[in-house]
Amino acid sequence: MSGASGLLPIIAILPFLGALVPGLMIRAGRTACAMFTAAPTLLALIMLLVLAPAVMQGEVLRAEIAWLPQLGLSASFFLDGLGLLFAGMILGVGLLITLYARHYLSGDDPMGQFYTYLLLFQGAMLGIVLSDNILLLLIFWELTSLSSFLLIGYWKHLPEGRQGARMALAVTGAGGLAMIGGMLILGEIAGSYNLTDILQQGEAIRASDLYLPALILILVGAFTKSAQFPFHFWLPHAMAAPTPVSAYLHSATMVKAGVFLMARMWPVLSGTEAWFYLVATTGLVTMVIGAAIALFKDDLKALLAFSTVSHLGLLTMLLGFGTPLAAVVAVFHVINHLTFKAALFMSAGIVDHAAHTRDIKRLGGLAKLMPVTTVIAAAAALSMAGIPLFNGFLSKEMMLEEAAHTSWAGSAWAVPALATVGALLSVAYSFRFVAHVFLGPVRDDYPAQPHDPPFGLWASPALLVALVLLIGLFPAATVGPLVAVAGGAVIGGELPGYSLKIWHGVTPALFMSVIAVAGGAFLLWRHRPLDRLWNAMPRPEAKAIFDAVVGRAAAASRHLTEASHNGAITRYLAIFVAATVALGYAAWSDGGLAAPTRGLLPVPPLVAVGWVMLLVATASVVAMHRRRFQALVLVGIIGLMISAGFIYLSAPDLALTQISVETVTILLLLLALHFMPKTTPRDNGPVLRLRDAAIALVAGGGVAALAYAFLVRDFSTISDYHLANSYEGGGGTNVVNVILVDFRGYDTYGEIIVLGIAGLTIYALMEALLNGPAARRLRNTDYSTDRSRDRHPLMMVIGTRVMMPIAVMVGVYIFLRGHNQPGGGFVAGLVISIALLMQYMASGFAWAQARQQIEYHSMIGWGVVVAGLTGAGAWLAGQPFLTSAFGYVHLPPIEEFELATAMLFDLGVFLTVLGAVMLMLYSLSRIARYAGETVNVEPMDYDPSQGAEADEKEGR
Amino acid sequence: MELVVASSVGVLTAGGVYLILRPRAFPVILGLALLSYAVNIFLFSTGRLAVDAPPILSKYGDAAYTDPLPQALVLTAIVISFGMTAVLVMIALGAYLESDHDKVDMTEPEDGGAAEKDRAQ
Repeated sequence: MSGASGLLPIIAILPFLGALVPGLMIRAGRTACAMFTAAPTLLALIMLLVLAPAVMQGEVLRAEIAWLPQLGLSASFFLDGLGLLFAGMILGVGLLITLYARHYLSGDDPMGQFYTYLLLFQGAMLGIVLSDNILLLLIFWELTSLSSFLLIGYWKHLPEGRQGARMALAVTGAGGLAMIGGMLILGEIAGSYNLTDILQQGEAIRASDLYLPALILILVGAFTKSAQFPFHFWLPHAMAAPTPVSAYLHSATMVKAGVFLMARMWPVLSGTEAWFYLVATTGLVTMVIGAAIALFKDDLKALLAFSTVSHLGLLTMLLGFGTPLAAVVAVFHVINHLTFKAALFMSAGIVDHAAHTRDIKRLGGLAKLMPVTTVIAAAAALSMAGIPLFNGFLSKEMMLEEAAHTSWAGSAWAVPALATVGALLSVAYSFRFVAHVFLGPVRDDYPAQPHDPPFGLWASPALLVALVLLIGLFPAATVGPLVAVAGGAVIGGELPGYSLKIWHGVTPALFMSVIAVAGGAFLLWRHRPLDRLWNAMPRPEAKAIFDAVVGRAAAASRHLTEASHNGAITRYLAIFVAATVALGYAAWSDGGLAAPTRGLLPVPPLVAVGWVMLLVATASVVAMHRRRFQALVLVGIIGLMISAGFIYLSAPDLALTQISVETVTILLLLLALHFMPKTTPRDNGPVLRLRDAAIALVAGGGVAALAYAFLVRDFSTISDYHLANSYEGGGGTNVVNVILVDFRGYDTYGEIIVLGIAGLTIYALMEALLNGPAARRLRNTDYSTDRSRDRHPLMMVIGTRVMMPIAVMVGVYIFLRGHNQPGGGFVAGLVISIALLMQYMASGFAWAQARQQIEYHSMIGWGVVVAGLTGAGAWLAGQPFLTSAFGYVHLPPIEEFELATAMLFDLGVFLTVLGAVMLMLYSLSRIARYAGETVNVEPMDYDPSQGAEADEKEGR
Repeated sequence: MELVVASSVGVLTAGGVYLILRPRAFPVILGLALLSYAVNIFLFSTGRLAVDAPPILSKYGDAAYTDPLPQALVLTAIVISFGMTAVLVMIALGAYLESDHDKVDMTEPEDGGAAEKDRAQ
């Protein structure tokens, strides 16, 4: 990468950076906004000019920033002649459009937005022409579709604008998808996603079996973008955009992206029969059809839109011929078309601006009223018609010359004849543009009095028309070198012999040109009857067809959605489970199963008893799940058996956690069940239940088989590292706890945050619930029937109060020993919360709440903060986040004990768990308050020590 | 022992799946609880089964240790599934209190929607 080529990524990124500015600068005024839009464009253009001399000497500049080299993804850019030509056009016209739009848009239009969109689009376009990596190119390609969607739909209040934008997005977006496929195939064939590499492999790619699919997919992308028949219909509808957009996107840049791509891929893809017949034929048909439609359009912009379609067809056809000379002519015509068509669009915009109409039938005689505009428009239109001395003539002559030498499917006259017809129609509509708008008598029924616009509005088209003339008169001196270097880049080899000059002698092209001009003039003369005939002819209306297709697709997808997503979550789950089992079965039936390598452990009688209890309890839960309290009790039994199993199978930490979680879960469910129906009605018939049972049994069987399959086979583990380093590295002998607070501390940190969020979510849910209709329902429901008369029995109050210090002590003990023995923050938090829950249950919510001083929200917060700060503390010691430090302390009366930062982290875990569990309970209890439960100030409903006093209070 | 564990996982899964296919919220919660048990045991057993080999380092010479990593995973999984169950219970409770039924399917149109449809026709 040479020093200068480092500018390439900067050029590509500048418009995107610049796009951030106009939206803000609009506050400083419209002119400032336009200037800040022009600044990045100008800067990029200057950088491009810095690089230009090297490119003009035939150098290819490259710059690469590797990103994911394994996937062939890199931000790589390159600049050759073709890229230079297009980048120059994009930036140059971009500047002119910025100036033009400043004067074109009215005060009501949000100009900042417009310029932002414009710069986004410009950046995307630049990206396409500068990308070396085709994956990067595809991203920019899609970005042009998106940003042009925003620009076409800029006038959001116009339905045509919105529909046109949608249609453009649908068509070009669909083409973009096709192109992604084509490019990926191309990259696979070439073995590289870099254009510079792909361009070297033309032979191999054309010989590949996948050449044709790749070609077709890429061409679909290019044809949709460049509005080739039969995808041409979106372009006229995109004319609902403001005229600066039409001039920029739909004459100079975006629609040329397809042409650019075909030119870029020309050395690789062209030269085959498939290429010739697909590309040249499409181009030829598009050229003739576009020109014919253009002749009978009364809307100025629609006429120009179809003429653009026609000219894009011409370019496509030239590239399709596959001869080097035709490719050079295409490059030359790209320049010429840009100059005259952008000028014409801007002129049409000026006419619209001045006369408040673009309808040709309502215009005419503007030459006397708008002389400046007339001169600009007439010069550009004559160039479009291909009249000598204007640049359009030169490339059209060369095109006709090429067409004259091309035979199509054995016929020597088909291409020349149709090309002449296309040129003839082109002359006709160009003449019509001038004759019916500017010539003729001055009318007195214009919607507004036409007048020449201020300089700012006509400066841009005037500059372009000056180029039209300059190139037309001195082609070799002005654009000769650029055409040579860009053409050379397209061909990728030696330039053919050609000369850019006005007079080539008496050639077939000259005769064809003469026929075209004469015929065009004749058609204009007979336009009126022809127009009537054309309008009487039945024609397919592209928009109606498109709308019908889109409507049907939308209806079909809605049908599919409603049929598959009918709101029955049970059905989704059934399908999900069945599909998972089926996939699992498919995977199992494919692969072989190695022989078992582990023997079975013996089953002691006690374990067998536990196993039977588990099975019976599970079966009973299923059998009597409609009696909800009983089912809950049975679930408790299952949890207990599992805890016991964990103890037996060397997992004391899990047993502790399971049993405490079990307790809390059942308590919570019991509390919730208080406000829900106590039984489940039977909704499903036997068939459905049988189906569900079948699914359940198959799923259970599958999981059991899977579990058994791996249980009897050996495995490799990474745990040896944990076992070896737990004591030296983490300072603890309980490896599970060290994994939690040290090796995988980050995971645990995430877990406690999730748990805290769960607690807060429940709190928020309750808050929302109690402000809605649920609160009314709670107040109006009588829950007293299933309430005990002695809700806070004496024995329980006293018993829990005596147990409280013991329970807390156990919790602290479990917490402190956690690092070395089973226990830790999770279990300790759960144990202490159970101790507190017992108080709440025994003595009533209000009584317990009044005696606890810490808010549970802040407890969750502190827990997370303590854990986080402990982890961050490692930074101070220059260690990564959550590295623990530990040391041993010896205080005389007590045995030597360990102090580790991991313990502080575990304290955070402890606080969060405690806070979250208690907040959940607190939320549920708030419901109880709404349900009209009396608030007890005393711990017991019946307190023997108070005697009669209490009864009096009750009565009061 | 392996058969005991595998069959327990299977039975818990079957029970859980059957219950989550019920059209009421409470059985679904029970079913998810059973499924959580099944998944936790399943994950735990990926470390294979071992008796009398807790992953607590012994000070006195070499001892056999079971794989601690699945245990650490399952420990947090137990706590998280508790959080999930709690949130689900609250949602079910809220849905019941708001709509006066605890059906989980939404196949029957709400009254308001039906009225609107009638008006449209």
